Amino acid sequence: MALLDINHVDIIYQTEKSETEAVRDLTLTVDEGEFIAVVGPSGCGKTTILSMIAGLLQPTNGSVTIDGEKVVANGNVGYMLQRDNLFEWRTIESNVLLGLSVQKKLNDESKKYALSMLDKYGLGDFKNAFPTQLSGGMRQRAALIRTLAFRPRLLLLDEPFSAIDFQTRMTVCDDVYSIIKNENKTAVLVTHDIAEAVSMADRIVVLTKRPATVKAVFDIDINSPTPLKRRENQKFSYWFDRVWKEVTQ
Amino acid sequence: MKINKRLPCRMTTSKTPRQVYLWKRRTDKITVILFRIGLLVFLIGLWELAAKLDWIDPFITSCPSRIVKILSTIDVSELFTHILYTLVECIIGFFVASGLGILIAILLWRFNKLRRVLEPYIVVLNALPKIALGPIIIIWVGAGAQAIIVMTVLICIIVTVISVLNGFMAVDEGKILLMRSMGASRFQILIKLIIPANIPALVNMLKINVGLAWVGTIMGEYLVSTAGLGYLIIYGSQVFKMDLVMASTVILCILATVMYLVVAGVEKLTKKRYHVE
Repeated sequence: MALLDINHVDIIYQTEKSETEAVRDLTLTVDEGEFIAVVGPSGCGKTTILSMIAGLLQPTNGSVTIDGEKVVANGNVGYMLQRDNLFEWRTIESNVLLGLSVQKKLNDESKKYALSMLDKYGLGDFKNAFPTQLSGGMRQRAALIRTLAFRPRLLLLDEPFSAIDFQTRMTVCDDVYSIIKNENKTAVLVTHDIAEAVSMADRIVVLTKRPATVKAVFDIDINSPTPLKRRENQKFSYWFDRVWKEVTQ
Repeated sequence: MKINKRLPCRMTTSKTPRQVYLWKRRTDKITVILFRIGLLVFLIGLWELAAKLDWIDPFITSCPSRIVKILSTIDVSELFTHILYTLVECIIGFFVASGLGILIAILLWRFNKLRRVLEPYIVVLNALPKIALGPIIIIWVGAGAQAIIVMTVLICIIVTVISVLNGFMAVDEGKILLMRSMGASRFQILIKLIIPANIPALVNMLKINVGLAWVGTIMGEYLVSTAGLGYLIIYGSQVFKMDLVMASTVILCILATVMYLVVAGVEKLTKKRYHVE
């Protein structure tokens, strides 16, 4: 059974002025351990879809399930946003433990797990530092560890690198990718950056413009260990072109 | 440090640019402080001199020596009682207004409908000069310290509610989304995000309230009182004892400054703790 199952979903927004059909008949499944990238023209409702998977928004029609159960915002899903959203008044350690304490799962074992990840991914020396004392890349790493600390079944990444300058973005992208693979997590990445999608995903889902629905699905067969290496792979430009054509057509 | 290594001999003969800069900054600072003190001494001196040379009539304007004289002749315990009255009224009003204001802001943040219903009422209450309510307050709660405290609370609370609520509503949507995606309840969002994110804004609100609380207290004492610095000022003006009026004003000045400095100190501490500039 698929980990995430989005089944014939429609999302219709109601506002005072009008009715907006954001998503139409979207069907998508994600298996355990997969890394899926969702790309599409800007404003096509990618973030709406993520909010729905996170259980923050109910679909108008259709169903969204994780492990066969209807999604609710309960920590089953770890949501990583464009900006790291670290709380400036909390230390890195306390930021990383935020999800656990919200979900009342903070105990010796879970705390040890979270702190061991800080150590493992090079933030051990900064656990008593405050977010403002960290570089952009380190902050994004801390945000990822905060998301992983409560062991979500599924990771949602909403353009997590778009707020970072280009040079740092490459290395942070590598970092995030290797952490996700290392921890064996399933992830859905939403991005408008096709190169980023091709360099990270096992499978790319191209959406149409609003109302969004699946236009094409590509299984990316680039066998390189990291996003940077994948960018150097000869198949990279082939996949980039194909996805690019599908998005812009 | 690099300069030291490269030019070891220059250290002994002349100053490094860094030292020159630091020295300049320090002298700048000292100059400003000296001028501040100098200006105060000058103004007091001028006031005294003008009175002594009959440029002004000290019966109307009073003068520093007369203020000192009346302060030394006045019964210390009596003066202390007056100060205590005003101070207690002001502090009670300040805390009640700040606490109640924050509580109301929390309720308005939590219940959207309530906020929308009450919006026009808050606007009207904010626009209304609270002193106009003086007579009503006196009739409702009686002419005494309680009326002064109510006046102080009224003056502070509306501004508190508005500014705190603004701060609450301005918390980054992304952070709220993050909390919600973790499964946080409204209460957890309030405790773990909204309030900590607003600590600097809350302290700033306290700073504003210190000033307003003094306005409320003194205004209240003008309306009704048998004791307090506001009472001394009104009484002094009625019997034309300008020395008493001036002396009370000077004491008020000192008290208000001390209270402001306390809150400013708290602000400095929280800024350090909460990493805001």
